[in-house]
Amino acid sequence: MSKEIVVPFGPQHPVLPEPLHLDLVVEDEKVKEAIPGVGYIHRGLETLVQKREYPEYVYIAERICGICSFIHGMTYCQGIETMMNVEVPERAEFLRVIWSEYSRMHSHLLWLGLFADGMGFENLFMDAWRLREHVLDDMEATTGGRVIQGSAKVGGVRRDISSEKLDEMVTGLEGIRGELKDMMDVFLFDSSVKSRLRNIGMLSPEDAYELGAVGPTLRGSNVASDVRMNGYAAYDRLHFEPVVEDGCDCYARCAVRAKELFASIDLIKEAVQKIPDGPIEVKVTGKPEGEYFSRAEQPRGEVIHYVKGNGTRNLARHRVRTPTMANIPPLVKMLQGCELADVPVITLTIDPCIGCLER
Amino acid sequence: MVYFKMAKTAIKSLIHGPSTIRYPAEPAKQYPTSRGHVTIDPSKCISCGMCMRKCPADAICVRRDEKLWEIDLFKCHVCNCCVEVCPVHCLTMETEYRPAFAEHEGVQVVKITYVKPEKKAVKKPAEDKSEE
Ligand code: SF4
Ligand code: SF4
Repeated sequence: MSKEIVVPFGPQHPVLPEPLHLDLVVEDEKVKEAIPGVGYIHRGLETLVQKREYPEYVYIAERICGICSFIHGMTYCQGIETMMNVEVPERAEFLRVIWSEYSRMHSHLLWLGLFADGMGFENLFMDAWRLREHVLDDMEATTGGRVIQGSAKVGGVRRDISSEKLDEMVTGLEGIRGELKDMMDVFLFDSSVKSRLRNIGMLSPEDAYELGAVGPTLRGSNVASDVRMNGYAAYDRLHFEPVVEDGCDCYARCAVRAKELFASIDLIKEAVQKIPDGPIEVKVTGKPEGEYFSRAEQPRGEVIHYVKGNGTRNLARHRVRTPTMANIPPLVKMLQGCELADVPVITLTIDPCIGCLER
Repeated sequence: MVYFKMAKTAIKSLIHGPSTIRYPAEPAKQYPTSRGHVTIDPSKCISCGMCMRKCPADAICVRRDEKLWEIDLFKCHVCNCCVEVCPVHCLTMETEYRPAFAEHEGVQVVKITYVKPEKKAVKKPAEDKSEE
């Protein structure tokens, strides 16, 4: 006779580098229900707006997450700039796109590596991280930081990239594209990888939409939704189409991330071609008043920075809705009815970032 | 055939040497923009306290009376903000990373040796002020 038992998954688990806890109600090796438990690394960053003035808070906003740090900083800056009616110079907007896309490549390569490791494919893991190193090198050479870039600023960006360096970056990316193609042959066409991912962790387009999934989790379920389509920063001047897959399973989500890598390379190349000369920042004076809902597309999905100013140099409120937060209900749905052995792989496919989730 | 494609990667890995470096025997890569650690030129600092006020991590303390500039290297998250705001450009961001510390000895105190240059005092006559 079968019996229901509860298997604790995490908070420390070999496949998850971060502390997420799931209580899995299991019957006959099948997961009946998954109950998430969060709150292990809450840092209270949002409260810091009362202590740090709005220009200095960018550094705190960047430190919400180590992977999409630039995009966090940029989204916060966009919120403040809109509130204060600041016109950002065009060059700064293109530079923001370039660094955002580099962050996306860095995050997706990191995820592909971790994912391969989660499946037990060590060689692929090392290969993905070797490629990621080139991306990180370019980031450090242009911003000064490998992980925390610190280049976003209210009113523009803090550093410029010379045209020689931009050309060099494009040449480097072409080399990466070649190597990525070889790697993707394994990720997308290898039979052992396919058998591990196909028809696992199903999330129908209706469920994905209703449960509020974002990013590759949503696009892997055949819903073409991407905040970059709204044309923030300089995306409206670039040719952009969201990557969509219709598999609705783990394989589709993996494929979306893999194909977005190529899309990012194309976007960077186009941005380098179109980048105008000119200043990279404008001086911002005054105190923010009003409120704004700033949205941007992170590697993991849509991020929202809600900022509210009260006419002083400290904001009244800052609230972040991160993609992992939005992807937890879809994850719970995906885990219902899956095999216990598939739980790590399914959990990894939403690319959980607990640092972002709890702030 | 995916096996042939994988064979290409496998053979490349065999011929190609290791991609990693033998850190710390070999130094890590650094670029002219890399943010390593903050240094100060004590002969230029005018103890204005701008760096202390703008530092998001509260890592800098400027004691004006004692002419001391203090940085807690464990608090500093190397953001470059102090370097940008310093009005006399006496702070610089070195590209070399700090070595690891075994104990908490991260507080660095620097004696400011700046001497205010003597200016010929041009005093306005007191009547000017009274007119305003
Ligand atoms: S680099 Fe940043 S954190 Fe470090 S002392 Fe300067 S302002 Fe403070
Ligand atoms: S280091 Fe620069 S900013 Fe800091 S007190 Fe000295 S002069 Fe002022």
